[in-house]
Amino acid sequence: MRRLEVLVCSGTACLSSGSEAVKRALLEAISAHGIADEVRIVETGCMGPCELGPVMLVYPEGTFYVKVRPEDAEEIVVEHFLKGRPVQRLLWAEGAPAPREIPFFARQKKVVLANCGIIDPEEIEEYIAAGGYEALGKALTEMSPDEVIEEIKRSGLRGRGGAGFPTGVKWELVRKAPGSEKYVICNADEGDPGAFMDRAILEGDPHAVLEGMAIAAYAVGAKRGYIYVRAEYPLAIQRLKRAISQAREYGLLGDDIFESGFSFDVELRMGAGAFVCGEETALIASIEGRRGEPRPRPPYPAQSGLWGKPTLINNVETFANVRHIILKGADWFSSLGTQTSKGTKVFALAGQVKNTGLVEVPMGITLRELIFEVGGGVPEGRKFKAVQIGGPSGGCLPEELLDVPVDYESLREHGAIMGSGGVIVLDDSACMVNVAKFFLQFTADESCGKCTPCRVGTQMMLEILNRITEGEGTEEDLARLEELAQLVKSASLCGLGQTAPNPVLSTLRYFRDEYLAHIRDKACPAGVCPALIHYEIDPELCRGCDACRRACPTGAIQGTPGKPPYTLDQSRCIRCGACLAACPFGAIARLPGRKE
Amino acid sequence: MITLTIDGQRVEAEEGQTILEAAKAAGIRIPTLCHLEGLSPRGSCRLCLVEVKNWNGKLVPACATPAQDGMEVVASSERLRNLRRMILELLFAERNHICAICPSNGHCELQDLACELGMDVVHFPYRFPGLKVDASHQRFVYDPNRCVLCGRCVRACSEVEGAMTLGFSGRGVYTLVEADLGGPWGASETCTGCGKCVQACPTGALVERGKATAEQEKRPQLVAEVTERRPRVQD
Repeated sequence: MRRLEVLVCSGTACLSSGSEAVKRALLEAISAHGIADEVRIVETGCMGPCELGPVMLVYPEGTFYVKVRPEDAEEIVVEHFLKGRPVQRLLWAEGAPAPREIPFFARQKKVVLANCGIIDPEEIEEYIAAGGYEALGKALTEMSPDEVIEEIKRSGLRGRGGAGFPTGVKWELVRKAPGSEKYVICNADEGDPGAFMDRAILEGDPHAVLEGMAIAAYAVGAKRGYIYVRAEYPLAIQRLKRAISQAREYGLLGDDIFESGFSFDVELRMGAGAFVCGEETALIASIEGRRGEPRPRPPYPAQSGLWGKPTLINNVETFANVRHIILKGADWFSSLGTQTSKGTKVFALAGQVKNTGLVEVPMGITLRELIFEVGGGVPEGRKFKAVQIGGPSGGCLPEELLDVPVDYESLREHGAIMGSGGVIVLDDSACMVNVAKFFLQFTADESCGKCTPCRVGTQMMLEILNRITEGEGTEEDLARLEELAQLVKSASLCGLGQTAPNPVLSTLRYFRDEYLAHIRDKACPAGVCPALIHYEIDPELCRGCDACRRACPTGAIQGTPGKPPYTLDQSRCIRCGACLAACPFGAIARLPGRKE
Repeated sequence: MITLTIDGQRVEAEEGQTILEAAKAAGIRIPTLCHLEGLSPRGSCRLCLVEVKNWNGKLVPACATPAQDGMEVVASSERLRNLRRMILELLFAERNHICAICPSNGHCELQDLACELGMDVVHFPYRFPGLKVDASHQRFVYDPNRCVLCGRCVRACSEVEGAMTLGFSGRGVYTLVEADLGGPWGASETCTGCGKCVQACPTGALVERGKATAEQEKRPQLVAEVTERRPRVQD
């Protein structure tokens, strides 16, 4: 008799921290102890706290284990599975075995991720058992396409790819566009640094996306769909392929679905890793086999998209919301969130935050709640400095703005954007000029090169930032930087260029003093930019152990073992920090500013 | 017929015409670079950006945006002049545009635009990328250091000649025009040597071999003449 279900997270993060080996060790241990038919081991999608992987959940009581190693399997099986005593040392917090008692989970509201980490994404039966394809059945057999669109419109769902265009309105535009041949495209070309929401959905609940696409296709009158997914997501591709073939077997994709006369099928297209292909017109060009370059809009894809036909293009998370709206109704969905931003949003928490990972929260939650309650705040000993939200198109918001609610309008008003959901927390060890430079480097590299402002403008901005971080910047540069940022923002062809200056503009707005310190004082206050820092040996603390001298690659440190203090020749120092890392006595300090 | 206003002037246009075409018919000048009559619009150089008042002041490329009834277009203003001049400065600074040593000196669209827009100084440091010149072709030379990536050659090659020899490679500031997906142009198996790319090129990036500066005057209108004589296939 089966009495235990063990859900082992098999998202990309847990797999790379070794969940596959944990699963194998568990399987071996349960058969060694003769309870193989009492315990079922299920591989699921992402459970959220990626930092603590591999993670697993034991049902029926819901014990949540973190950082499980293969060698823990024996103890878990003997103590927990046989004797019924959860292994305390592997719990997240002692005495808090179940997810609902852990703040990370308690503050979340899982809609899109409801199945993620619960069901086996490789088995369509599990999805169906969890209510899967019911919404498609309801739409096809009980609702007209116009009713489906009306329901989506009333729900207030907005595009989760970042721009926040009302989904129902988009669907209506495609439905009303003349022409009998139409297409539905799922944009799964997630490319923001530090963002992995779409990957987790595709890996953890691929059928939810297929079901959303099928409902959308029915609503707009399309027979064919494409999922454009980046080739860097091999697991997502593998699970999607499996999901598509299973759905075809069950007649949930293909001809005459639910005997309604409606036919729809989906094809995968792999992107070759160009960030710009997340822009809808570039994505369409890429599917058509052309160079991934955006084109001016209008005409919008709703009028003239794939192969010149009306095309609906939505993001992964947008499609994953659809089934819930159809089943539970627009009123239920619009009861979540704020006046203008309804429902929930999945975020990828990354950077200097305790609980990095995947979270889903209701719209309107404040940044403070998101970072400090769900995310657990910055690690001990450091201080929160800023949050970078919205990826390379987003902005950096300072501590004063932590009480801003997370919704499309509030974030935009303060110079950031919702974006696709990347949240990077920065602590006081981050140099904001360097952060801006990092993101601009990314967009300048990823600019397709088609339009002048984005191609050359981002490069010129980058060169100014390089000068500033190398201590060669002037205050005139700052004015030029702002001027260029406004040009790139207003004159670029597509969203990539139009939003690329945001990290620069927001750091100039909230952290201008750091730019000025780099320019006027030739000092990097956070001690990050190598040209604007120096190292010093504290003669009181130096014990003459010789470790620093041996670590120094340029021979800048002089001294005789056992005869402290050692000395540092600033003219030969390249400020690599090797001495600081080598010193066992804390005698070397990194200080802002140059020293000749 | 549809009616719109450009700089306050009432302009009539045919359904499907672009803002640029409507402006041209009404004798209103909008600067362009990547646009060339006879080729599909690309909207990439951004010099023809105009402001549409009733689209919340959105900036759109006149060459690629269909004129619509009731549209209020601003085609010249202080803001647009500054914007265009700055874009032009970026184009000059991007590669190696030194007129005095260029075979197209005196009949170069980039140079003409600089005069028209009053760009007498480039505020950005020149990048001087030092790109390799391709002089392998029997009749033509491609100097990417003088290229503004307008794509007129690429479009003339595929849309008019149908050879599809030229295309873009790389991205961002590293974008290049290349023949047959890379390799020397002279070794191209698809190039017909028709020279439309050279005639379409607005700068000295594509020039004819063995011709002096004074002989390098190009005939970009050739592209439109060729396409006019031939009925266009409608899709």
